[in-house]
Amino acid sequence: MNPVVRTLLSRVGGYVGACLLVVFFALPLLWLVLTPFTPNPTYRASLSGVTLDNFRALVDNPQVWPSIRNSLVLAGGSALLVVALAALAAYALSRVRVPGRDQLLYALLLLSSIVTGTAAMVPLFLMLFQLGLIDRQVGVVLVLTGGLLPAAVFMLKDFVDSVPRSYEESARVFGAKPNQVLRHVVLPVIRPGMATVGVWALVQVWGNFLVPYVLLANPSKQPAAVVMYTFYDAGGQPDFALISTFALVYSVPVVLLYLVVNRRYGFAFQGGIKG
Amino acid sequence: MATVELTDLVTQYPNGVRGVDGVDLAIADGEFFALLGPSGCGKTTLLRTLAGLEGATEGRVRIGERDVTALEPGERDVAMVFQDYALFPHMTVSENIAYPLRIQKVARGEREERARESADPLSLGALLERRPAQLSGGQQQRVALARAIACHPQVFLFDEPLSNLDARLRLEARTFLKQLQRRLGVTTVFVTHDQAEALAMSDRMAVMEAGRIRQVGTPREVFQRPASLFVANFIGATPMNLLEGAVRGGRIDLGGVSVPLPAGHSGLGDGERVVWGVRPEYVATAGDGVPADEVVEGEVSAVENLGVTVLVTVAVGGRDGEEGVEVRAVLPEDDEPEVGARLRLHPQTARVLLYRADDDGALVEP
Ligand SMILES: Nc1ncnc2c1ncn2[C@@H]1O[C@H](COP(=O)(O)OP(=O)(O)OP(=O)(O)O)[C@@H](O)[C@H]1O
Ligand SMILES: [Mg+2]
Repeated sequence: MNPVVRTLLSRVGGYVGACLLVVFFALPLLWLVLTPFTPNPTYRASLSGVTLDNFRALVDNPQVWPSIRNSLVLAGGSALLVVALAALAAYALSRVRVPGRDQLLYALLLLSSIVTGTAAMVPLFLMLFQLGLIDRQVGVVLVLTGGLLPAAVFMLKDFVDSVPRSYEESARVFGAKPNQVLRHVVLPVIRPGMATVGVWALVQVWGNFLVPYVLLANPSKQPAAVVMYTFYDAGGQPDFALISTFALVYSVPVVLLYLVVNRRYGFAFQGGIKG
Repeated sequence: MATVELTDLVTQYPNGVRGVDGVDLAIADGEFFALLGPSGCGKTTLLRTLAGLEGATEGRVRIGERDVTALEPGERDVAMVFQDYALFPHMTVSENIAYPLRIQKVARGEREERARESADPLSLGALLERRPAQLSGGQQQRVALARAIACHPQVFLFDEPLSNLDARLRLEARTFLKQLQRRLGVTTVFVTHDQAEALAMSDRMAVMEAGRIRQVGTPREVFQRPASLFVANFIGATPMNLLEGAVRGGRIDLGGVSVPLPAGHSGLGDGERVVWGVRPEYVATAGDGVPADEVVEGEVSAVENLGVTVLVTVAVGGRDGEEGVEVRAVLPEDDEPEVGARLRLHPQTARVLLYRADDDGALVEP
């Protein structure tokens, strides 16, 4: 075959493949964005007349706003706790020689996926019941924090490892006390890492359905992810108008947060100091 | 300002390595003192022990009137410049320089004032709002210096602060640092593995090997009379001629060639083994007036250009199946010989040093 034709064909093939891939991923997004504005939504993504009625219905629904607020409380609380604890743990693990440190971290990482998984729900429920933390948001925050901490420590330790010790030693020679070294030098230098881990933790909790569903009984305390589940009509049919609109509203805070953090720190998935 | 005194200092790492292994040293007030030695000899360890970043296993550290052996780094009143400068990446130049003052709880306004004061003489005035990542290596080095100066310490500790600079900048920084230290009059301990740097900058210097100090003295003393074979090998831009031989009949037989015994060494017994040492700079071409028994003659085997001089290697002796020796000489560029030519060399007998041919390789005093 003529080489020119061959390159042309392979290029056309490449573009067609890429387009198919884009369509495959874009369709659900398109559905998410378009459906809230259609009068009679179905599984189809179509725009037959624009309306804001769905949003009005959402605003009128008494469960929606409290649930978003609950989501913010749970996700924000867990993210703050995760970042604060993980930063301290990562600093200690990076700087103090603990025998078997790496094995410990890997073991915790493996076990952590169990904590927030389905299998541990019954024992967790019993444990929180005895602690009197059932149906309280603190309980959910603690469980989710516990589940996310190992991975967060793991990620942040990578950041701390990349901070040269000479920074801390230099500060010490100038007379800085340990807590000053931490506040003035270590934490600011790993701040991009903390931001990344914070957003990651927030997204994890934001989308978590199982843990709050099991541990919170009172609907007024439940987050959006759980409340959305209740939007079915009497016949068990999903109320597309409400669900799709809610889904769009529900994803806005996360996207906003991502944009803000990305703008301030830029996302970095491993430690790194420029220059 | 202050003196620094180390007594029987030992610093042992948890893995059993003795980074510093019995050091006694007294550094005078206001002195620019260089610690010189090959990689891994313990220079950094010694400096860190002085700063308090490593604890002394044995011995004492005194700074001025105080015994600081048990004190925290921040209580010793020293300032250290690290090899990587350790500038805080998230602070501006001005904040970096003022950091020691921030720790001392100086008010913000005065901090900025004093940061400017230490920055200006180092021509950093225009860079105060930049971050370290936006500076060149030489500028970063000056920021690190300014930060050390801003805290007005008793002692400066410098760990190879010039090693990240390119050759040209290094020469400039050398002069600059020396002038700065002279002006401030602060006692300074300067670590380097570059012998030229130590010779050029220091008032006095110590040569270290394997955690111990091998020689202390002014650069001139150390250059002219290295106290042992180790120091002799280490010091000097061109390697010293060090040839093993035996005393025989008032001369030294180096195998294939014999050279005169330097004055004052007539006490050496016949047959005693010694190392004959002379710097290539003290070996010249032999003119007509030179007595024949002081001339070393051989064939030029290599010529290296050093700029205004050439380093010539001459293979001497080695005839009749005997193994020859090599003598190196630094000659003016006009005298550059051809490789393969025969050359008559004249080592200045007054500059010749003799060392014991044993493991210590101590200098044989006349
Ligand atoms: N943290 C440490 N733990 C164990 N041994 C160490 C440690 N730091 C240094 N050493 C060892 O101590 C010895 C002296 O090291 P040091 O860093 O003081 O050498 P140096 O003279 O500064 O070398 P260089 O010129 O390469 O910087 C070396 O043998 C080194 O391997
Ligand atoms: Mg070193």
